[in-house]
Amino acid sequence: MKRSFFSGPYALWMIMFTIFPIVFVALYAFQDNTGAFTIDNITRCFEGTYMKVLWRSVKLALECTVLCVLLGYPCAYFLASKDFSKYKTLFVLILLPMWMNFLLRTYASMSLLERNGIINAIVTALGFDRWNMIGTEGAVLYGMVYNYLPFMVLPIHTSLKKMDQRVIEAAQDLGANPARVFLKVTLPLSMSGVISGITMVFMPSVTTFAISKLLGSGNFMLMGDVIENQYMVANDWSFGSSLSLFMTVLILISIGLLNRLDTNKSERSDNW
Amino acid sequence: MKKFFKGLKGSYLALILLFLYSPIAIMIAFSFNAGKSRSKWEGFSFKWYQELFKNEAIMEALRVTLTVAVIATVVSVILGTLGAIGIHACKKGWATTLLNLSYLPMTMPDIVTGISLMMMFVFIKLDRGMFTMILAHITFDTPYVLFSVLPKLKQMDPNTYEAALDLGCKPMKAITKVIIPEISPGIITGGLLALTMSLDDFVISYFTTDKAQNLSTLIYSAAKRGVKPDMYALSTIMFITVLALLIVINKRTTLENIG
Repeated sequence: MKRSFFSGPYALWMIMFTIFPIVFVALYAFQDNTGAFTIDNITRCFEGTYMKVLWRSVKLALECTVLCVLLGYPCAYFLASKDFSKYKTLFVLILLPMWMNFLLRTYASMSLLERNGIINAIVTALGFDRWNMIGTEGAVLYGMVYNYLPFMVLPIHTSLKKMDQRVIEAAQDLGANPARVFLKVTLPLSMSGVISGITMVFMPSVTTFAISKLLGSGNFMLMGDVIENQYMVANDWSFGSSLSLFMTVLILISIGLLNRLDTNKSERSDNW
Repeated sequence: MKKFFKGLKGSYLALILLFLYSPIAIMIAFSFNAGKSRSKWEGFSFKWYQELFKNEAIMEALRVTLTVAVIATVVSVILGTLGAIGIHACKKGWATTLLNLSYLPMTMPDIVTGISLMMMFVFIKLDRGMFTMILAHITFDTPYVLFSVLPKLKQMDPNTYEAALDLGCKPMKAITKVIIPEISPGIITGGLLALTMSLDDFVISYFTTDKAQNLSTLIYSAAKRGVKPDMYALSTIMFITVLALLIVINKRTTLENIG
């Protein structure tokens, strides 16, 4: 028996549980209720209501991604610097939330912001009115950043760690000041990590539905909510599939564009 | 001056830690609160933990979560390890196809993976419950096992396997006696990874089960009705479990290599 045959069960499983289901999505996307071919569901995705939802999802996800880069880059940079690289526990602590149950993290942020939560207890103790944070766009954004920040720190940290320190020393020896070294050497060399991070943060945040449901209390329909609705409430699988297909294509295109920005592609896959 | 900058960096990291951990710390603290309040301390008690263990729905969800995680991990470890050994021995073209196929569930949004599996399960008239949840979890776990085992195979000296064959070992025995021991660190890392992924999952479980609830879907339906302290107790236990698991993983390898 040849060893390559061992990949048989795996290949079979992937075909049955990855390829087949995707075929289902594609088939349903081009079907009406009777099963006849139609592109109505696809064109419906481009209607005003859904474009508005898409715009809101993309806007929130972009805001979340930008915040994660701004907060996460310095974090990864400091962790990788000589001052802190020996504190391994610190690194583990910052990454730990990544491995915690996603819903648990969302629930934790929800309990912080809720009407009877600790922030409101402090706010009222200081003599201000209760602050209704749950159900606002800010709460949803907070929940997203809270959930996805570690996913930004990890790849940036990895790319910084892998960097050849001698390149930085060379730049210093050639008389570049610290700001110049950072802008001209460190930052460009860590871009592959930033790009992995952007993918890891943008993708789940643009399709989330639980965060917007729980922290936005349903006031902010995002693309994920609309898709979930088609399956769990409206029972319109064809339209749900069209939306899913639409989102997947959108994400694949953005990943493709991001990868083109990335010059050292071979290194990128190693960051994860 | 240098000390000053180090202090500045340290405070920034401390702020990030505060941002990440204050919600969790508050949850843990108030899970021991005697009263129902989520903001006022009314004395220490294990009351919510007792209620937690008396709550049948939560205990059932815990059983489902653990059963799904353990079965999915075992099956995905077997499938993924065999897959990796096979792919490693494959011709380039077929191997690339399979690897690209493995990236697919890792790059597709969870919600799409979830609904696509759900549609297929409904179509083939498989009742959505624990069984379908296990199938779904195996599907997203296996690529992680595969990608933990493959690098170990690449590091291996190909001659050891050939030597075993030359010395009269049957291929099957050569695999169990030579290859598996050599790649076992990758297998264990992959298994632990699969276990945490399975315990972490919400979105895919949500779509692939109807009857059986796991802890994630249970917390979700509870959270839609608002925050309750008995969920704090549950969250605390789950947090401690993941922490323990991570310490074990981290002892084995650096977190960077498994992400």
